[in-house]
Amino acid sequence: MTAGTDEVLSFDEAMEKYDPVLGFEVHVELNTKTKMFSSAPNAFGDVPNTNVTPVDLGLPGVLPVVNGVAVESAIKIGLALNCSIAEKCYFARKNYFYPDTPKNFQTSQFEDPIAHDGFLDIELTDGTVFRVEIERAHMEEDAGKLTHMGGSTGRIQGAEFSLVDYNRAGVPLIEIVTKPIEGAGSRAPELAKAYVAAIREIVKNLGVSDARMERGNVRCDANVSLRPHGRETFGTRTETKNVNSLRAVEHAVRYEIQRHAAVLDTGTPILQETRHWHEDTRSTTSGRPKSDADDYRYFPEPDLVPVVTNEAWIEKLRAELPEPPAERRKRLQADWGYSDAEFRDVVNAGVMSSIEDTIAAGVSAAVARKWWMGEISRRAKLADVEPAELGVSPELIVELNALIESGKINDKLSRDVLDGVLAGEGTPAEVVEKRGLAVVSDDGPLLEAIDGALAAQPDVADKIRGGKVQAVGAIVGGVMKATRGQADAGRVRELILERLGVEG
Amino acid sequence: MAEINRDDVAHLAKLAHIDMTDEELDRMAGELAVIVDSIKTVSEVAGDDVPATSHPIPLSNVFREDVVGDTLSNEEALLGAPDNADGRFKVPAILDGE
Repeated sequence: MTAGTDEVLSFDEAMEKYDPVLGFEVHVELNTKTKMFSSAPNAFGDVPNTNVTPVDLGLPGVLPVVNGVAVESAIKIGLALNCSIAEKCYFARKNYFYPDTPKNFQTSQFEDPIAHDGFLDIELTDGTVFRVEIERAHMEEDAGKLTHMGGSTGRIQGAEFSLVDYNRAGVPLIEIVTKPIEGAGSRAPELAKAYVAAIREIVKNLGVSDARMERGNVRCDANVSLRPHGRETFGTRTETKNVNSLRAVEHAVRYEIQRHAAVLDTGTPILQETRHWHEDTRSTTSGRPKSDADDYRYFPEPDLVPVVTNEAWIEKLRAELPEPPAERRKRLQADWGYSDAEFRDVVNAGVMSSIEDTIAAGVSAAVARKWWMGEISRRAKLADVEPAELGVSPELIVELNALIESGKINDKLSRDVLDGVLAGEGTPAEVVEKRGLAVVSDDGPLLEAIDGALAAQPDVADKIRGGKVQAVGAIVGGVMKATRGQADAGRVRELILERLGVEG
Repeated sequence: MAEINRDDVAHLAKLAHIDMTDEELDRMAGELAVIVDSIKTVSEVAGDDVPATSHPIPLSNVFREDVVGDTLSNEEALLGAPDNADGRFKVPAILDGE
C-alpha cells in the first residue's frame, strides 16, 4: 500500500490557520429478526449465502415487503435524535452497478426520509456540551460482503476476483446524516469520536441495534473540510469511508485535518473524493474521485407503497422510549454522589449498570463502586472480558459485604471468598467455612503473632516505643503475614500499641 | 423537461454499462425523444396541484411481521451464478463503485 505518503501539517499549525467543518454519515444495522424487505434471517456469521431468499438475490419477479418492526425502529431512532417524523415517506431505488448488490440498485429513501431535522447534544470529556444538528435519518438496506482475492491481502488494488456473500444484503440499515458541524475547532477529532459514541449508545439503549462496531453494526463515514479562519463558505470536503472504531474516527478526522492543511498550504485545491482509512498506518489514501458514476438516478420504488405515520402511532412509540443515556447518567451520578472523575471512570469501565443493580440489591454506592472498580475490574482485565461477564451477581456482592461489615472476614479475605464462590464452592458463608477463612479475632493467637513480629524487628519496636507510631505498619505487616491475612488489621494495630504501651 | 439529446443517451448508456455504437446512439436519441414528448402531455392535464404519483393504487403501510421464513440453501442460491467458489458468488475484481 502507498499509505502515509501524503504530507501533513502538525495539528496545532493546522488549527492556527484553518477552521474545520465536519459531517457524518453513520449507518446503523438494526437487530430485527429478519431483513428489511424479506423474511430471511438477519444474522451474523452464518454459512455464506444461506440467509437469502429470491428477494435478497434480486431474482426476477420477486416482491419485497417492508419489515414493520424495522419501520418502528427507524421512528424510535428519529425520536431519540429529536427529529420530526415524516407524515408520509417513500422508498426509492438508488441505481449503481457493483456486485455488492445483486439487484443493481439499493432500496433506500431519497427526497423524504422517515426522520428529519433533529439534534443531539454531545458531551465532551470535560463536560462541554456541543450540539450536533441532524439533517435526516432514513431507512435502507445493507449490501452484500465482498472479499477481494488474489493480489495483496484483501485489498481492492491488485485483486484478481472477488467473492460475494449476500447474507448481509438486505439487512435493515438506518443512515443518520448530520448537517455541517461548524465551530468545533481543535476539539473536532474529539467531537467526532464522542458523536459516534453517542449514536452507538443511543441505538443500543433503544434496543434496536446490537451496536457492535467490530461487527459493522455501526459504521461511520467522516466528512472533513477546512476553511481559513473568518471565511463563511465551506472548503472542499473529503469523505473517509467506513471508519469503524471510535478511536479510528478520532484519528481519521485528525489526520484529514492535517492532510488538508498541508495541501491547502501549497495553494493546491482539495480534490473532492472518498478516502480509505488505514488503521495500521493511521492515515488515509485516495479512494475514488467524485464522478459521473455518482449519478444514482433515484426514482420511487414501484414495488413498495408509502409509509404513512400518524400522531397516535408516533406517540405510542415515543412512550416506549427508554430514558436517554445522557439523562440517565446525570441522574445516577447525582443519586450516587460520585465525583465527576469517579463517575467518568465508572462509565469508561462499562460498569455503570452493574453498580446500579448492585446498589438496588442493597449496598451503598461507595461499596458498589469499590467492588466493580476494584476487584472485579482487575479480574476482568486479567481475563480480558467485560466486568459484567465474570458472573459476579449483585446478590453475591451484598453477601460478601455483609461478611466484611460483620467483621467475619476482611477485604483481603473477601477476594479468596470470591475465588471460592466463582469456583463453585458454594455461597460466601460456605466458602468461609470450608476454606477456614474467618478473621482471627481471638486476641490469644494474635498476641502470639505480635510478639513474634516484635521479636523479629526489634529496631522497629524501639522506634515505636520512642514515639514513631507510624512505624507500626511494619509490625502489622509481619502479623498479617504470620496469620496469612486472616487478622483484622485494625485490631492488630491496637494490640501492638497496647503491648508497647504507646498511645495510638 | 428538456429534450433527450444524443449526449444524454451516451451518458445513460455509460451509467448502465451498455456499449452503444454511434448509430445506435442517434437512433435511441430520436426514439427516446418521442417517448419523452408523449409523456409530457400528462403534464398538460396534471397541474402543480396534482402530486407526482409512483403508485396507481392508494395503498400505504403494507408491512410484514418480523418472522423468519424459508430461505434458499447455499446450492440453490448459487444455481444461477456463472461462477462460484467457497460457497460464494465469484465476480471479476471491480475497482470503482461503492
